[in-house]
This record gives sequence, C-alpha cells and structure tokens, in this order.
Amino acid sequence: MTAPLAIFFVLAAMAVLGAVSLIVQRHPIHSALSLIVVMVALAGLYLLMGAEFVAAVQIIVYGGAIMVLFVFVIMLLNAGEEERTTVSKLATYAGIPLALAVTGLIAAAIARSSGSLPAPAPNGALTSTKALSTMLFSDFVYPFELTSFLILVAILGAIVLAQREN
Amino acid sequence: MVPTSYYLLLSAILFGLGIVAFVFKRNIITIFMAIELMLNAVNLAFVAFSQSLGKPDGEVFVLFVIIVAAAEAAVGLGIIILTARNRRSLNVERVDLLKL
Repeated sequence: MTAPLAIFFVLAAMAVLGAVSLIVQRHPIHSALSLIVVMVALAGLYLLMGAEFVAAVQIIVYGGAIMVLFVFVIMLLNAGEEERTTVSKLATYAGIPLALAVTGLIAAAIARSSGSLPAPAPNGALTSTKALSTMLFSDFVYPFELTSFLILVAILGAIVLAQREN
Repeated sequence: MVPTSYYLLLSAILFGLGIVAFVFKRNIITIFMAIELMLNAVNLAFVAFSQSLGKPDGEVFVLFVIIVAAAEAAVGLGIIILTARNRRSLNVERVDLLKL
C-alpha cells in the first residue's frame, strides 16, 4: 500500500467514525465536536488531493466560524441531553432503507463509471490556487459579488430573528 | 495515487450518514448539523471531480457552497434561538403548530 492510500484510509475512517459518532451521541455538544472531527478529516483529504486553498478555507470557515457558531448557540440555549422519544415508525421503516438505497445508488453509479476518471494528481500548490483565484475573479465574478449581498441579507435576517421583542 | 472513485464513495457514505442523522435525531441543532454534514459530503465530491479533471471549477463551487452554508448557519441558528425561546424546547417533536 502506498503512502497516499494509507493516509486516505486513515482520514476516511476518521471522517466516517466522526459521522457515526454524530448520530450516536445524545448530547448536542458531543455531536458538534464529532462534526468538527469530520471537517478536519475532510480538510486533510483536500490537502491530499492538492486543493490547499479549499483545505484552508474548510478549516477556517467550517471548523472555525460555523462550528463556533453552533457551539455558541448550544451553550446559549443551554441544550441538554436529547430527550428519548420513540422514533416514529415512518423514520424506522422508511428512513434506514431509504438512506441505504441512496448510498447504494450513488455507490453503484460510481462503481459503473469509475474507470473513466483519472486519479486526482496534485499539480503543485501555487498553480492550483492561482488557477482557482483567476477563475473566481473572472468567470465567476458576478456570483462572487452576489454572495457578498447574500451574506449582508443573512446578517440582517439573523439580527432581526434573534433580537428580543420590546 | 488514490483513485477518484474512493473519494466519491466516501462522499456517498458521508451523505448517507447525514440523511440517517437528519431522520433520526430529535434535537433541532443536531438536525442542522446533519445538513452541514451532507453539504460537506457534496464538497468532497466537488473537489474530487475538480482535481480529477484538472479544472478549478469544482473548487470554486465549493467556495460558494461554504459561503451559502455560512449564511444558512447564521439565519438557521437565529430561527433555532427563536423557536427555543417560544417553545421552551429544542425537541422537534414539540414544534408541531402546523400539525393537524
């Protein structure tokens, strides 16, 4: 087994275990910490593929900002253990088969067409990030500007939603 | 080198686990985290395709997905705070005003 393959399997196991832990844990703060493990593992996978910039953004924005927001809200609302309610029959008898079916369907589609895709080859960190920024500020410049508007609207929405009524 | 299909398979597994978490968790914050997990799984597929095809388009999409996820987290958590304040509970079973 080559080194990249070994690293891939370690990180993939970390991501899957984190996701399973998110489901199994009953306290939301434990689920949040599990999700951070998944995100860090995914950042490692991005590095392995040679997408350094995306890996950095993943750590800073997802692992940093968004998860801090989650942890902050969990502590603000003083969220306790999840109540044990009976899971609805619909969730049990339709949810698990449906989730398995979706996973199986995607896996089957991947397995059928896997031969046609070349393996990701890291082509030098700087060129990858340079090409990314060139494309972001040339072809995607209007969507990029629109996202700043989106964030403005989201900030306003969050303030309006979370403020106390007088 | 790691084959692209391995990354895509991992992405599918993470997406499936996200669906399971979304269906089975009862805490509204954890359900929101399940959505983030699914978005992350999709991002992994995007980056895998992008690197495999040697084009940066996929990575640009990932950046947009992350931006939208951040905006979604801000608004969604605002809604969660509001619901928790009004219903005095984070359990989605208790949020049933629209239920007949």
